[in-house]
Amino acid sequence: MTGERVPRSLAVYVTAACLVLIVPIGIVIVLAFGDQGTLRFPPPSFSLRWMQAFFGDPRWQKALVSSLAIASIATVVATTLGFFAAYAFVRADLRAKKLLLSFMLLPVIIPHVIAAIAMYFVSTPFKLVGNVVWIGICHATIALPIVLLILLSTLQGVDVNLERAALSLGASRWRMFTRVVVPLALPGIVSSALFAFLASFDELIIALFLAGVRSETLPVRIWNSLHLQVEPVIAAVSAFLIAVTGAILLIDAALRQWRQSSATRRIDVADAA
Amino acid sequence: MTNRSHAGNGTALIMPAVLLLAFVFVAPLVWFFVQALAKKGGPVEIATYALDVVTSKAVVTALGTTFWISLLVTLVVLVVSYPLAYFMAKSRGVAFTAVLFCVIVPYFTSIIVRTYSWMVLLGRNGIVNQTLQALGLIDEPLALLYTKTGVVIGMVYVLLPYMVLTLYAAMKAIDPSLMRAARGMGASAAYAFRRIYFPLSMHGVVSGSLIVFILAIGFFITPALMGGPSDVMLAMLIERSVEIMFDWSGAAVMSLLLLTATLVLYSVYYRITDVRRMMGT
Repeated sequence: MTGERVPRSLAVYVTAACLVLIVPIGIVIVLAFGDQGTLRFPPPSFSLRWMQAFFGDPRWQKALVSSLAIASIATVVATTLGFFAAYAFVRADLRAKKLLLSFMLLPVIIPHVIAAIAMYFVSTPFKLVGNVVWIGICHATIALPIVLLILLSTLQGVDVNLERAALSLGASRWRMFTRVVVPLALPGIVSSALFAFLASFDELIIALFLAGVRSETLPVRIWNSLHLQVEPVIAAVSAFLIAVTGAILLIDAALRQWRQSSATRRIDVADAA
Repeated sequence: MTNRSHAGNGTALIMPAVLLLAFVFVAPLVWFFVQALAKKGGPVEIATYALDVVTSKAVVTALGTTFWISLLVTLVVLVVSYPLAYFMAKSRGVAFTAVLFCVIVPYFTSIIVRTYSWMVLLGRNGIVNQTLQALGLIDEPLALLYTKTGVVIGMVYVLLPYMVLTLYAAMKAIDPSLMRAARGMGASAAYAFRRIYFPLSMHGVVSGSLIVFILAIGFFITPALMGGPSDVMLAMLIERSVEIMFDWSGAAVMSLLLLTATLVLYSVYYRITDVRRMMGT
């Protein structure tokens, strides 16, 4: 069956809407490679001037390192805890599953300003403001719901009989986990780790309160710069953040393909047997 | 074989994640509210103080601004998204992938970057004004940035993907044979859409609007950067009272207000929606 025909007016509208959605992203990338002091579009000529201004400035370098460190910590914490929680949701006899899940999704719903101020309030007496590990752990709370949602759908696709088979053949729970569940869920685990990383890497409000002067992240530096003036180096930093998003979306698309092809391969094997 | 799960009751597996949220997310909130309000004295003093804050001119104005901007943003997002999601639900192949790409890429781009791009576009000498002037449509540059219009445009852009993905999921669940049956029995395309398709997509309309409204009332980055001096939303007022006035008690009262509104709306959302669909996964 082919897709149903759509009216021409709808097709025109959708094309226009898609342009409005994607053009702002494209413009930032073009401006990042412009060669001028003001934000004129299109730029009269192109250069790597602003990219050099970004990667060559020690303060931006420091922000990049802070961002990477914080996002890595958040990724490890959120992916590990999220994996076990998702496994419990899918396989265990948990009570009040829906209520528990909606509790764990709260960090997405509760305005980040409120969470950030509360975290800042408890961080000050413990001298945790500017502590990279602590900011990473705080970011893990907002990355956790994303990991959970991705891994719930991944683990639902893992055949429970393979786990039962491993256990009945004498594998320990731990061995069943490491040799059966993790390998089968690996594409989903990698995906969830990537999106957890992105959630922390792009997060502004919590970082704004907790970073202090010591551990400013890239979004915090962009925020501070935007309050002073709209300077072109921000276009270069923004283009870099867009590139990170693009890379993660590409890897995720590749992982989905992998998941699908390994699923069909399993069916082929089953058919052959 | 028993039906009991080999993973047991799951408490040990889920506990680390629950503890993380309890200690790093929930506990700071509770501690902050208790400590910041206890500064004001006993229950009576706190209640009087809270009432003063909530009825103060700044908070009443911010509440109104927050409500109207969020409502407007939700309506605009809904109207803009519906045809997009409808198209996605009907199309496949390259057309589908292209639209999905245009929705997903902004969705996963940092909010600060998306806000920045619209600041560049809408500025006095920005691309939108340059284009309109070059086309001869306007003589003077329009004031877009640092106005309510700018805030609404920026927020619509940031929140649109949530609506499109929610609507798409709801529309994809509509059985296409129902529309074919209606057409086969003589209904016009418009009539079949109005009486069959639209009512069946209503579920997505309601849950999409709820999630967009919930996120809009807590918005901070976009209105703070794109709004004018009079476009102060509640989340901005909360941030300012801490950052500029060090007024923790006032911030706590306003945060409780915003949190209550958010949780009430979330509980409605929880009743009518499968929460697993929240992020469009």
